[in-house]
Amino acid sequence: RESLTAGLASRLGPGVFLGGFCGWFWNNGHNMWGCVHFTCRKSLATQVDMNRGVEEERERIPMSQRPEWADIRPVPQDDGPNPVVPITPMSSAKPWITSEPYTWRMNDPHAHFNSLKKSFFSIQGITLFLAVNVKTIGSSVDAYKAEVWQFRRLILDALNVDLHEELHFVDQITKDNSKNYQIWHHRRWVAEKLGTQIASKELEFTREIFSQDAKNYHAWSHRQWVLQALGGWENELAYCDELLEDDIFNNSAWNQRYFVVTRSPLLGGLEVMRDSEVAYAIKAILAKPENESPWRYLRGLYKNNVNSLVNDPRVASVCLDVLLDKRDCVHALNMVLDLLSHHHQPSNELKDAVDAVSPDPKPSDSNFAERVCSILQLVDPIRASYWRWRKTSMPAQD
Amino acid sequence: MGELMTEKHVKYILSVEKKKDDFESVVMEHLRVNGAYWGLTTLDILGRLDAVDQDEVVSWIMQCQHESGGFGGNIGHDPHILYTLSAIQVLALFDKIDVLDVEKVANYIASLQNEDGSFSGDMWGEIDTRFSYIAICSLALLHRLDKINVERAVKYIVSCKNLDGGFGCTPGAESHAGQSIFCCVGALAITGSLHHVDKDLLGWWLCERQVKSGGLNGRPEKLPDVCYSWWVLSSLIMIDRVHWIDKGKLVNFILDCQDKENGGISDRPDDAVDVFHTYFGVAGLSLLEFPD
Repeated sequence: RESLTAGLASRLGPGVFLGGFCGWFWNNGHNMWGCVHFTCRKSLATQVDMNRGVEEERERIPMSQRPEWADIRPVPQDDGPNPVVPITPMSSAKPWITSEPYTWRMNDPHAHFNSLKKSFFSIQGITLFLAVNVKTIGSSVDAYKAEVWQFRRLILDALNVDLHEELHFVDQITKDNSKNYQIWHHRRWVAEKLGTQIASKELEFTREIFSQDAKNYHAWSHRQWVLQALGGWENELAYCDELLEDDIFNNSAWNQRYFVVTRSPLLGGLEVMRDSEVAYAIKAILAKPENESPWRYLRGLYKNNVNSLVNDPRVASVCLDVLLDKRDCVHALNMVLDLLSHHHQPSNELKDAVDAVSPDPKPSDSNFAERVCSILQLVDPIRASYWRWRKTSMPAQD
Repeated sequence: MGELMTEKHVKYILSVEKKKDDFESVVMEHLRVNGAYWGLTTLDILGRLDAVDQDEVVSWIMQCQHESGGFGGNIGHDPHILYTLSAIQVLALFDKIDVLDVEKVANYIASLQNEDGSFSGDMWGEIDTRFSYIAICSLALLHRLDKINVERAVKYIVSCKNLDGGFGCTPGAESHAGQSIFCCVGALAITGSLHHVDKDLLGWWLCERQVKSGGLNGRPEKLPDVCYSWWVLSSLIMIDRVHWIDKGKLVNFILDCQDKENGGISDRPDDAVDVFHTYFGVAGLSLLEFPD
């Protein structure tokens, strides 16, 4: 297993590590082989520029005569009977399957390109491209190009690179480009190859991302995949606790909580967990009644079966508590409506509490449910149409 | 009520189309086909599609096609379902779908369907309900929905339904207005499968996206963004619940996101503009039947 840096350093000078690939290279937006072509053109031109002041005569020496390239030889490539990933270069020819001698001519990029294609599957050649790939991927513009990552995966496979190193490399790039689909997909590919041993590292990594952006959709998608494919459920509910303690409004954490409660092989499923989770949701509601998420979570715990919601006295009770506190009551009133529409009989205490939050001193609706809707139209005017519709769709009240 | 700066937006889009060296172009270079769709559709909505050279655009789009039948984001780029839809949409804008080898493109898309009905984005296998929508929308435009297993595709989408009535990118993932709700509802609408959607529940979730400023966010407790004027709005329209939001306030929010000097629309007021948000802002206004 070859380390990228070691392989590269031993074969090429520091010139190759220079920037300058990026802007010019990517402005020409080509497919994989194009990438190779222009990368090498630029890398050698850059090396030449760098060396110019000190080693002027080196410019004139063709690559074929430079000692550091002496060990590059064309290697016949055998894709095997059923290549999983057939490589489709710009042309349909497979120039790497040849034993023609190559020539290096600095001023003929096409000959150069062909030579490099021929040496593609030599270890040295691939190391060069992988290192160049590293440098070009560093710029965030490049990291959005799916081809770059695809190309990289081909090389990683061909070189049998230590994927722990690859993951470490991807760590930093992910942190700088945390909303980039290609990078997360690449990360998943690497993690899948590494298998269950990498589960805790991946959970740790997404945790780091969440410390910067606790709602990063890509990271949550990755974390859910890790749990299901690689395991690591043990502390997940506790982690949700942590995130919600930080920010009780974090809808992603509430979603993850539901994910864990319903899918964790260690917890016994929704039926078993329901009671304690209802208590958890209610506590969150009392802390911040204007928070959309725990109200939805509560409904979700009963799988939106409102009859069951009605039968749990804690639900009506929390609505009453919120209303009595005279705090943001939109969601509480909405829940009252849901209960009423399933034949919940409101206590007088609840009715009084509802009337107490009405901005209208003389409500005209005699029907309690309609009164709730009217109040909602006033306290949540942006959704007045919705509340009007709710009024018309309430079943007949006693 | 503010004014839609139509001419400035047209000028802005045409300038983006011409510039190939500035930052926005470099960043967009690998998804130029998407950018073309956003820019050209905006011009079309504003009644100014004639401002571009149709033949030049069609010819360039066709050069983006890969031998597999799929389209890349630009000439010489590897194919992906994302760019394939935009390419088809651009051709449809110009009424030039006939330049396609429909069979070939349809086969490419169909080849991306997996056993469980989901779709991958390309040969490398990333699965996402976005790709379900893209595949179904593409094939609908080509009148070749018969190429895929629609029943399984629908089944997979339904497996991504959440208890809040919304949909995630994969089963269990959080409901997200743009990433997945629009895509899933769109796919179900096209395939005549909207009966799987609890319209009242989802409608309520969607109308809760409207915040005080009148703008729409994509998930609870997130900031509003002009692009959700499309994702949320069109979802509401597909399920017949668009009257549940305050249209006037949304119109004002979108108009406030315009750059009144240089044209273009940004994600929220006073941010930098881009073609993506310009398109979704204008498209949102058109859905809201904003008077021109």
